[in-house]
Amino acid sequence: MSMRNTLLALILGLLAHPVLALDAAAVAKLAHGDSDEKIEAINALVAAGDERAAPLLQALADGELFLAGKRVLIVRGDESTDALTGEKVSPTPTGLEDVVANNRIRREIGAAVAGLKLSSPRREARLAAAKELAGGADEAMLPRVKQALAGEKDAEIRALLELTSATIELDSSDKALRLEAIRTLGASSNPSIKTLLLPLVARDKAGQYAEPDSELREEAQKSLRAIGGRLAWGERAGLLFAGVSLGSILLLAALGLAITYGLMGVINLAHGELIMIGAYSTYVVQNLFRAYAPEAFDWYLVFALPPAFAASALVGMALERSVIRWLYGRPLETLLATWGISLVLIQAVRTLFGAQNVQVENPAWMSGGIEVLGNVVLPWSRIVIIGFAAAVVAGIWLLLTRTRLGLFVRGVTQNRAMASCVGVPTARVDMLAFGLGAGVAGLAGCALSQIGNVGPDLGQAYIVDSFMVVVLGGVGQLAGTVYAALGLGLVNKMIESWSGAVIAKIAVLVFIVVFIQKRPQGMFALRGRAVEA
Amino acid sequence: MGPIASSISRPYGCRGWIVLGAFAFVLFVVFPLANLVLPATSPFHVSAYWVTLIGKIMCYAIVALAIDLVWGYAGILSLGHGLFFALGGYAMGMYLMRQIGRDGQYRAELPDFMVFLDWKELPWHWWMSDQFWWAALLMVAVPGLLAFVFGYFAFRSRVKGVYFSIITQALTFAAMLLFFRNETGFGGNNGFTDFKRILGIPITTDETRIALFAITGAALLGTLLLGRWLVTSKFGRVLAAIRDAEARVMFCGYNTVHYKLFVWTLSAVLCGIAGALYVPQVGIINPSEMSPANSIEIAIWVAVGGRGTLAGAILGAGLVNGAKSVLTQVLPEYWLFVLGALFILVTLFMPRGVLGLLSRKRAA
Amino acid sequence: MSAVMHATAGPGASGATLGRVATEGLDTTHGTVLYLEDISVSFDGYKALSKLNLTIELGELRCVIGPNGAGKTTMMDVITGKTRSDEGSAFFGQTIDLARLSEAEIAHAGIGRKFQKPTIFESHTAFENLELAMKADKRVRRTLFARLSSEEGDRIAAMLERIRLTDSASRIAGLLSHGQKQWLEIGMLLMQEPKLLLLDEPVAGMSDEETERTAELFLTLAGKHSLVVVEHDMAFIAKIARKVTVLHEGTVIAEGPMDEVQRDPKVIEVYLGR
Repeated sequence: MSMRNTLLALILGLLAHPVLALDAAAVAKLAHGDSDEKIEAINALVAAGDERAAPLLQALADGELFLAGKRVLIVRGDESTDALTGEKVSPTPTGLEDVVANNRIRREIGAAVAGLKLSSPRREARLAAAKELAGGADEAMLPRVKQALAGEKDAEIRALLELTSATIELDSSDKALRLEAIRTLGASSNPSIKTLLLPLVARDKAGQYAEPDSELREEAQKSLRAIGGRLAWGERAGLLFAGVSLGSILLLAALGLAITYGLMGVINLAHGELIMIGAYSTYVVQNLFRAYAPEAFDWYLVFALPPAFAASALVGMALERSVIRWLYGRPLETLLATWGISLVLIQAVRTLFGAQNVQVENPAWMSGGIEVLGNVVLPWSRIVIIGFAAAVVAGIWLLLTRTRLGLFVRGVTQNRAMASCVGVPTARVDMLAFGLGAGVAGLAGCALSQIGNVGPDLGQAYIVDSFMVVVLGGVGQLAGTVYAALGLGLVNKMIESWSGAVIAKIAVLVFIVVFIQKRPQGMFALRGRAVEA
Repeated sequence: MGPIASSISRPYGCRGWIVLGAFAFVLFVVFPLANLVLPATSPFHVSAYWVTLIGKIMCYAIVALAIDLVWGYAGILSLGHGLFFALGGYAMGMYLMRQIGRDGQYRAELPDFMVFLDWKELPWHWWMSDQFWWAALLMVAVPGLLAFVFGYFAFRSRVKGVYFSIITQALTFAAMLLFFRNETGFGGNNGFTDFKRILGIPITTDETRIALFAITGAALLGTLLLGRWLVTSKFGRVLAAIRDAEARVMFCGYNTVHYKLFVWTLSAVLCGIAGALYVPQVGIINPSEMSPANSIEIAIWVAVGGRGTLAGAILGAGLVNGAKSVLTQVLPEYWLFVLGALFILVTLFMPRGVLGLLSRKRAA
Repeated sequence: MSAVMHATAGPGASGATLGRVATEGLDTTHGTVLYLEDISVSFDGYKALSKLNLTIELGELRCVIGPNGAGKTTMMDVITGKTRSDEGSAFFGQTIDLARLSEAEIAHAGIGRKFQKPTIFESHTAFENLELAMKADKRVRRTLFARLSSEEGDRIAAMLERIRLTDSASRIAGLLSHGQKQWLEIGMLLMQEPKLLLLDEPVAGMSDEETERTAELFLTLAGKHSLVVVEHDMAFIAKIARKVTVLHEGTVIAEGPMDEVQRDPKVIEVYLGR
């Protein structure tokens, strides 16, 4: 068969337009040859570097390459194209013969297509190809990669190509090449590079080094250290972010509590349930959007904020009017009564919505994240929540310092009797302040629904943390709550990175227990004769 | 008739002793007879279920008494006493696990959960756990020591009121998280169960059950008498004064930290004993006994019955747990509503509990 | 009649009631029971006391008057150890440095203070109130097993009589009248056998008759005890005072017999009015 093929190829080659056509011999081999010859042909096409060979190879991989007598055709649906020239052929001839590709060939094609795309005029194609090759390429690709590197101007693509070539060269037999490769790899911050270099410094069972050459070992060790250092920075950044993110969540959860307890001296063990109500109202809004306005689904979160605030605020004000109002000045009783309220609320939600968790989906703009330092991904949802927490704090601060209601709240906190004497409607202010604290809890619930499960027990998970923040931060000052929340978030994550989440939680709790005894008024306490439980 | 606390030095008098005597009679004579001697077909037969249930409630009553001592008489609201109860329970549990011997699922020397975790030997804190006297010591010493250290630092730094309650919650929460871990060596979230024997005697027979029941009853009576002696003594008067005006008491020259520490540690020890009696009767102990919610519930038992009266604590524990047993079988979804409503209504309308209502009726 | 109380105790009279406090005993050999020298106290920049000087003789009944904010309560706080002075020294007798002792130790050393609001134990009876205050070994162990001896019972009965509450002995203290509560508190103070009594507005809120009886009570106390009385009721002061100290803005502006002070122009301008 080969003789005939070669003859065919020559004839086709003579007949074809050399400038516009691909290498005819290679195409012929591809179509008629056996597996080895097909792979040779693939390599030849890659070496030639003509990007137009890519669709041909892809067609072979996809099973869209056919033989019509002597011609090689790519047939997709109704359309057929001449594989050599690229011209359309109509109508599609009958009696087509399959050109078969097995898995091995398909693998080769994968890399080959990428290799070819490296010379595409479009940057995205080159970038995508470079990324794919960086994931794994064999020696055969090396010349192609080097060739692309020589002509590549874009820095990002160059970096990837260098990485790829170094990875391939690592396994070469030339020591100088390997040394060079190790050094290049050391400059990367890709964590998977470590697995490439580790075998060079590993010992086998007998204690002997796997890599006999000590110079190579040293160089590998140096590179590993460099990569490790860079990764460590990435991890540190990730840790910092996680700490700030947790801090922002604690802040949202605790802010409402800080308002009610700090400013009003009321212990509210049902605070967690107010958060839960906010989360569930977000769930309801999500469902409404799904049912009635599915095109605008991505915006449901924004529209969920007012109902979350309102629902919790209304429940909070109702509680204040009906129960808590009668217990001012009796903090221990308020503790017990609000606990009872929390039981009732949890059970009510269980009865209404079921005991299982409910699904709350992130809108598109909250999904995914941004990549930083190569190995760290910062999720968008958490970034948005950090911003949201900051906005809420700013809003509360403005409200307390710049509005009349805020003035009244501060006045009633500091001296109820006097405030009442000068005409402040203390009962109404109490109710509104409590409603404000509850509303903020509702907003927190809305935010929390985006990053965690929503179920009847949501509040229980946050009540302990919220109290710790308020207690640590001191009473009567919002700044204290902010610092305490961020501090606890960071400390929690740091300890977690050493010894796991449970120990971190326990350590934080023990710390709080000790701290309260040393400084019961918290970090930033209101000076003077103020709040004494 | 003044505030109910006027019964500080003048509790129930003659009538009280009669009630006590009747109670003891029912406990030590009627119940055992009705369970062991009467046949199951008789309408007066008391089934094993009831024996266990009442035994369990009696353990709770001891805990309620302990809380009444610190809250009703000393004004310290602890929301973490469930921890001491659980620690006593775990001490007894360790002993009972050793008593299983080789009769566990894996037929090994070590308790089942250790075999499951692939441990080869007993951890250090299981030393001597096969000796009953050691378990008896632990059930008293561990809660007592923990309470002493915690109370020493807390009272010395003058942490009071709500802050104190919150840190007791934090304490029990942290302990619960610790005990949930398998590495802590207490059975993880499954805890200890499947007990076979106690002191060599099979644990699931009627006789053992009644014996445990009677011992618990004796412990309850003993605690009540101890409490009564304490609160009618000068110590009790000082304690009540500390509850009402601690600064004034300090001014009179008393070291209030010592007084609070004494009653606090005593209450923890009582809870430990109650926990140790609880575990062989219900047959299981796990970290959820240390849950913050459990400890808060104890407070409502005392509040329902009437705090500062001792008898109120027993009454409240009985009423609330009795209601819980009934409701969780008949209307399980409603139990939490009832419990929550109980918290709210009692604090709003019945600050002196049931006994307070009754005494007001009597005075009127 | 009530037993004569020997208040000028020598060393060792104040027994080991707190168990650990070193009891040097009150040294009043120079006839002075309280020295305050150049005491200054400020709270967050506000100067409550400014180089205050005060000397109380043994057995004296001194009245301290002055407008609100003059520092009278702060002065008492410094003496009883509730507040530490920033500068100056305070001595009880010749040797007991008040700045070194805790509140409890100062109370134990023999300084008793009666606050403006009556702080008695509202849930206990009058008898029990006095029993709790009584000078005794106040450690936990002794208190657990304490039984009231007949001698102690007599002492309480005697005190009840002194403060005219014999009929109300079994009454819950919370139900006593305001004046009776004030007397009960004074009785509680006296049960501790203090050498120096500080009384902050003792007759505030009392009826005329109660005020009269209080004045009589104080006069019987003077001599055996030393008293410092802070008051606004000028008629009351006139009844009991020998020497009066006037405080203003944290310092003493006048001191002397009542009529002399009443004529002092500074005092008139600041306090008494024209």
